[in-house]
Amino acid sequence: MKEKVAITGMGIVSAIGMNAEENFLSLKDNKHGISKIAHIETTLKDKILVGEIKKSNQELESLLNLPSKNNFSRSSMLGAIAAKEAVQSAGISTDGNTSIGFINSTTVGGMDMIEKYYRDFLDQEELQHYIEVHDAGSNTDLIAEHLGIQGFVTTISTACSSAANAIMLGAKMIQSGRLDQVIVGGMDGLCKFTINGFNTLMILSDTYNQPFDDQRKGLNLGEGAAYLVLESEASYQKRNKKPLAYLKGYANANDAFHQTASSEQGDGAYLAMKSAFEVAGMKPEAIDYVNVHGTATPNNDLSEGRAMIKLFDQKVPDFSSTKPFTGHTLAAAASVEAVYSIFALRENLIFPSLNFQNKMEEFDLTPQQELKEKEISAVLSNSFGFGGNCSSLIFVK
Amino acid sequence: MEELKTELKEKIIEALNLEDMSVEDINDTDMLFEEGLGLDSIDALELIIILDKDYGIKLTDSKDGKKIFQSIETMAQYITEHRTK
Amino acid sequence: MENNIIHYCNIKNNEVFLDGKKLYSGQDGDQFLDFIKGVYKNFELNYPKFYKMDPLCKLAITASSILLDGIDQDIDPDMGLLLSNKSSCYDVDVKHQDSISQGEESYASPANFVYTLPNIALGEISIKYKLRSENSFFIFEGFNPEFMIDYANSMTKLRKSSSVLCGWIEVKENVYNAFMFLVKPEAGLAFTKENLLNLIE
Repeated sequence: MKEKVAITGMGIVSAIGMNAEENFLSLKDNKHGISKIAHIETTLKDKILVGEIKKSNQELESLLNLPSKNNFSRSSMLGAIAAKEAVQSAGISTDGNTSIGFINSTTVGGMDMIEKYYRDFLDQEELQHYIEVHDAGSNTDLIAEHLGIQGFVTTISTACSSAANAIMLGAKMIQSGRLDQVIVGGMDGLCKFTINGFNTLMILSDTYNQPFDDQRKGLNLGEGAAYLVLESEASYQKRNKKPLAYLKGYANANDAFHQTASSEQGDGAYLAMKSAFEVAGMKPEAIDYVNVHGTATPNNDLSEGRAMIKLFDQKVPDFSSTKPFTGHTLAAAASVEAVYSIFALRENLIFPSLNFQNKMEEFDLTPQQELKEKEISAVLSNSFGFGGNCSSLIFVK
Repeated sequence: MEELKTELKEKIIEALNLEDMSVEDINDTDMLFEEGLGLDSIDALELIIILDKDYGIKLTDSKDGKKIFQSIETMAQYITEHRTK
Repeated sequence: MENNIIHYCNIKNNEVFLDGKKLYSGQDGDQFLDFIKGVYKNFELNYPKFYKMDPLCKLAITASSILLDGIDQDIDPDMGLLLSNKSSCYDVDVKHQDSISQGEESYASPANFVYTLPNIALGEISIKYKLRSENSFFIFEGFNPEFMIDYANSMTKLRKSSSVLCGWIEVKENVYNAFMFLVKPEAGLAFTKENLLNLIE
């Protein structure tokens, strides 16, 4: 990797906090955000637990000072809040900025509004403006417009690895000299489309999710948004900005096995991790902490665990899944966990994998169960999505 | 029972989009998964929906499907014993 | 050496072309699903999973199969995939949405839900051709040749993909257009915006 890719800003909203600091404190104090669903009327409400942001759409609108007639979906409101924080923390201005890029990712886009008003669109004209923002890209445009960004704007949708691929594209554009600053990450609000879909795949847990536990029953869906500001060396040096961390490695690979399930041995996961190390020019033993994908589905944890054992040649470093805190935030997951990886580097802390009780019978892997202090100079973060889309990122100090 | 078996074959062909197959191609004891009809895990979930929707049988663990969905024979047996509609 | 366009396949207006040569015409007035089934049968793709796929995957798997099976070159195991379109996987999204808005009688279909992401098309191609390479799916308002050129070039330069299978795979109800092209650093048609715009026409 030639050109360095610095991270100079970050912002996040999730079930455990409306900004970076709140998220950090919740992680440190073991405060998870999993509960029964409150803001969506669904027949499944007593059967599942979710990582929901405890704010109604009206409350989010007022946080953003949106006019009463607007067409922000829940996802794009979460995205706008997190993107604003990222921009502020980077200390840059986006209004009218033609040189900054924005690479967003989402899987649900404006689906929440469409499903809410589906039956009313024909007779209620005042709702029809939501139809325009059904697709993923127009949600990104809304946020770009809200922030005044006039540079390169695009949207990636590769399921639960989406934000990792957005981060990767941003890094490539910095390294190829096409951009000096770019906001990258993902967003996804909870909606019935995904709740019913994951339910029909029978991979939702009716209790708190337990990554890497022998008795794990599946995942809790979550919602959130998170963004990083990536910047070239020349750019942050010019404005005397000290980076929070660096993105040193990244890679994407396909598992080529099944639409939604991971292969038995985690071939795609292994390849993504291995290639990320090649890009970084690092050896696996340099990693101090792995923020695993760890969705707590029987299938993911088994294949991810096997891939890690192969990659680290049995010596798997400290690892944890932070999804027991936030639930699985789908397209946002990789950027949410990128922010947590940067916390780990900044604070020299490993956040616990909650709800773990028993090792899986297939292998000898125990996630970190309590907050652990240790010198951390490199973090690997995994995100794997439906469609076999596997991505790994490596962050360093 | 024979009627139920034919009904199941028709439903499976339709629900799982087995376009190149007809009822006559499926024997009662053929393995439905792997080397038999080659169904996969998503097909198994579809069969769980059929049990629920058409026969009022709710499975809560997808692993329970393994035994039930071995063949048309085992499926028909299970449905006969457990159906609520 | 720079990347060049080695082969390309178009599926549109009831017809299939490989490298500009017409190979198949559907029946007049064919709906998309009938047409694409006709293509599948005509080219003897012999891949029963085709029937289970959503319209986007049907189009993607058909176009990539015709292109890749029609050339007498081995497929590079590290061939990258880069697809794009406008309507994502709209048709199956609508199907899933309909199935969950029937109140108490809602039964979401897992077989539909697994196709409600555009990148499943990347997965299906990867499964059929045993590719574990880098792959991405982008959504644009229209075919974006500049972006495809930049991104495909960066895949071969930075990430050691030896070739990239690129495509615009758009389908929404009965309006469809597939343009799949293989780029590689060997002799071929120049990988330029003008050429791409000509070839998709």
